[in-house]
Amino acid sequence: MGEAFSLALQLVTSGNADLYEIVGLSLRVSLSATMFACLIGLPVGAWVAISRFRGRGAVLVLMNALMGLPPVVVGLLVYLHLSRSGPLGFLGLLYTPSAMIIAQTILIAPIVAALSRQVLEDLHTEYAEQFRSLCLSRVQTITALLWDARYSLLTVGLAGFGRAVAEVGAVMIVGGNIDHLTRVMTTAIALETSKGDLALALALGLVLLVIALGVNAAVQSLRMSARRQAYV
Amino acid sequence: MSSIDTVGFAPQARLAQREANLLPLRVRGLELSCDGTPILRGLDLDLAPHGCTAIMGPNGAGKSLLLKILHGLIAPTSGRIEWGNQSPAQVTKRQALVFQKPVLLRRSVAANIDFVLKARGKPRQSRDALLDHVGLLHKARHPARRLSGGEAQRLALARALATEPEVLLLDEATASLDPASAQAIEAIVRDACASGIRVICVTHDIGQAKRLADDVVFLHGGCVAEHSPACDFFPEPQSSAARDYLNGRLVF
Repeated sequence: MGEAFSLALQLVTSGNADLYEIVGLSLRVSLSATMFACLIGLPVGAWVAISRFRGRGAVLVLMNALMGLPPVVVGLLVYLHLSRSGPLGFLGLLYTPSAMIIAQTILIAPIVAALSRQVLEDLHTEYAEQFRSLCLSRVQTITALLWDARYSLLTVGLAGFGRAVAEVGAVMIVGGNIDHLTRVMTTAIALETSKGDLALALALGLVLLVIALGVNAAVQSLRMSARRQAYV
Repeated sequence: MSSIDTVGFAPQARLAQREANLLPLRVRGLELSCDGTPILRGLDLDLAPHGCTAIMGPNGAGKSLLLKILHGLIAPTSGRIEWGNQSPAQVTKRQALVFQKPVLLRRSVAANIDFVLKARGKPRQSRDALLDHVGLLHKARHPARRLSGGEAQRLALARALATEPEVLLLDEATASLDPASAQAIEAIVRDACASGIRVICVTHDIGQAKRLADDVVFLHGGCVAEHSPACDFFPEPQSSAARDYLNGRLVF
């Protein structure tokens, strides 16, 4: 264990090309998925937050339930759609980073939508009467809420990114864990552990932890700075 | 503080337009019930096109609710409100309501004004003049939610004026402010009134009502107990409820 750990540190500090290729792809896939999930989830969350309609309670239950989507099920569904015989097979996306981004987007968009709905609904409770007095349109209301809740929504995005970067089931199924093409940190860790190469698995685990810590620290410091300005 | 008329506002022209449209206000048989409890009971009210009206009355008389109904934020249970020849749906956009506790956006002071100007499709050039008018130009870049209570209320007032309202509604806008801050607000309201904006304010501050109001509407038990010119109301209130209120006695 100690030997594996020192080998892992050596790999990280020596700038091992394979290691950094895997880390780079992981970040590219998870950040892209987070971006797309925010583009989908934030407007949906905002729309539900400010709307009152019949069946809203059921929609909220569904949104919250979708937060717990099993990654392998999402992976399987995306696989069935993107496989050669599937309805989107002609796109030729299976076993590419794009397929992994699609799977992760489906996985984390409900998280972004459900969490942002709660954040924006709380804010809307405070603003609603003023906004009605100003006769804002629905689009103006949503835009204003999204902007004013931007620092709180960073945490929502962070939750999505955390789920994406740590996820292994869906990307394994739709990406195939192909070396130099679709191998990301989590699938590589699973593979190297099963092969007994604990050094690379540990090195990747270390990087994953550092990324998680770094991103959280950055978001936290941003929020603290915003709080000082009373923008949160 | 400079006058907002220097930034292209044309109060006289707007006044003429106003007389043809939103005012006078005529309210007939206004009723409002919440969970079966009547709050306003067949309220009748006529307001002239000009000046400042103070709505007074004990807590729970329905003053704030009346203001929100007049603004179109709450639908009455029954009754008729006629803002000139306009339908209730059209009037909200032409009025501005300042709440007792100002709701400021989590942005800078200037951005709070810019937001309203942009929402109403008005040029941003008037922002600095508005902030200067309320004495907040030097704090334009400050976070709005870091302002003191008085400054926050002045910003809320500037934001309301940015919409170029024909009617300005104030819901106890100075209730939690110190005398100096309250006087600063009063000065802005007086300017607004002088520029032709019709002002209707809810207040418990008798001194303020004496300083600002041309007429007083006294609510009691969900009805208008008295509506008279301020010069008559304060020295010689006609209703016993108003007399008790002005003498600091509990009004039941």
